[in-house]
Amino acid sequence: MSQTTLIPEFVTRQSFIELDGRRRAQSLFDEGTWKELGGPFDRMESPWLPLQGIAPQFDDGCIVIRGKIGGMAAVAIALEGAFQGGSIGEVSGAKMTAALDLAAQDSQAGKRTAAILLLETGGVRLQEANLGLAAVAEVISSVLALRPHAPVITLIAGTVGCFGGMSLAAGVSSYVVMTREARLGLNGPEVIEQESGIDEFDSSDRALIWAIHGGEQRVGMGLADALVEDDADKIKATIRRYVQAELRLEYRSQQVELYRDRIAALDTSGQIDPMSLRRGWNSRKTGELR
Amino acid sequence: MSEHIGLRGRAWFEALTGNNQPSSGDPGTVLASEAQIGDETALFLCVVPSPASRFPCVRDGQVGIEEAFTLAHHLRRVLAEDREKPKAKKRPLIAIVDVKSQAYGRREETAGIFFAAAASADAYASARMAGHPVISLIAGHAFSGGFLTHGYQANRILAFDDSGVVIHAMHKEAAARITRRSVAELEELGHEISPMSYDVRDYAKLGLLYKLLHVDDPKHPTIADIEAVRHDLADAIQDARREAPDLSSRLQSDAAKQTRKAGIAVRAALEAQWRNA
Repeated sequence: MSQTTLIPEFVTRQSFIELDGRRRAQSLFDEGTWKELGGPFDRMESPWLPLQGIAPQFDDGCIVIRGKIGGMAAVAIALEGAFQGGSIGEVSGAKMTAALDLAAQDSQAGKRTAAILLLETGGVRLQEANLGLAAVAEVISSVLALRPHAPVITLIAGTVGCFGGMSLAAGVSSYVVMTREARLGLNGPEVIEQESGIDEFDSSDRALIWAIHGGEQRVGMGLADALVEDDADKIKATIRRYVQAELRLEYRSQQVELYRDRIAALDTSGQIDPMSLRRGWNSRKTGELR
Repeated sequence: MSEHIGLRGRAWFEALTGNNQPSSGDPGTVLASEAQIGDETALFLCVVPSPASRFPCVRDGQVGIEEAFTLAHHLRRVLAEDREKPKAKKRPLIAIVDVKSQAYGRREETAGIFFAAAASADAYASARMAGHPVISLIAGHAFSGGFLTHGYQANRILAFDDSGVVIHAMHKEAAARITRRSVAELEELGHEISPMSYDVRDYAKLGLLYKLLHVDDPKHPTIADIEAVRHDLADAIQDARREAPDLSSRLQSDAAKQTRKAGIAVRAALEAQWRNA
């Protein structure tokens, strides 16, 4: 028996979560095919943060990388969760919409260009408040403009998770890929506790948070498509499958009547049990390519 | 809050449609009705508070799961019915906006409010991209996820020039806490940094607004006000039909060229690099 077989897989694998946003985005592309656009040397920084005594960053926490995935054109747009909580400001939002719009133009011209959104974000950057909120509306619009022409894949790896307005961008994506360490929701637990009280949501209850927002639950209840391990090779392979997938005729966020009926059938007299909901809504195996 | 959220929305919905009752099968929190505007029929949509809602966290005028799917339901119905019609005949969709926020509740998070909100934004944007003029009339509050769900996908946004109109990403108390400032400091900062302001006249400087409307008291529309607003809505509909069905008008106004110049420069630079890559 060789030495390598004795080393468990989790020791040799490359963790994806341990990578920063830039290296996460790079890792998805075919070797030697990618190029960063609007990189740190272009100094695209927030004009609003310095006015409030906050140091801006030369990429505004948004990394745009274009290249090939499985031989097909693609652009990855990553929000860096370590900069201002991955929040969306004027500049980071403009990078995102510009990249999505350019992918849509190329796709409509016959060169299908998939987009991968790597979302680690708390949502709108409050220091740029209304321009951040407007940017989110524009990102949603641009995702929807690209979706009929090329796959838009949201990847949430963790550990920041995807909250606030950007959770809507995830919601309108063609596909959503998550790890067990990722969370997805509109309002984070702290915000709910603050706004509606600790009886509504105890934000120190870790088990509750994961049961509601965690990747396993979101995939299990059918609001995300694939649950992946924190392994860069496996994540790359999953993203490649979705980049190469055929376009669908109907996307989840168009299935209004199905979900309206499901909501109508819920008992809302008390809190909703996440596990029962998962059993009720799950109509397929997780990780299956649709 | 000095004033109940939703009263203005309901008042203007009633003024413009002559109706104030939810459609059969809808929750009490959504008003949907067709009415004449100019020489055509438009669908009006409004989210209102309902103390009887079966979701407790939407009872004060928040936008929750039922509201989002109900809006999407009406929008997709009109989208399907008008699919074969030429663009000039596709019905305008008018969102009357007076919403406190998205719903902050555990039931909502468990059942995926993010997805419901996405389905509504999808329906509004899909209608717009199919050629329906989508117009938002902000009568009161337009906050955060509530506005993203109901109204922010419009090609044209109109708002009353009134101190009771507030468009923002987060209400003052929470924004102050999170950015570690006092409410007074936050208000002061809004005068210098327009995207942080809670004043609709500062919002108008961002270039996102099509028009500020002047009425004496937006809580109590007069016959003259209603006529004037109908006229403004009809103008906005025609303007929307003349231009691209995307959100590009929000970057093209003189105000946008001033306030959003960083974002506009980023778009241009990225496009140049993309083309040369």
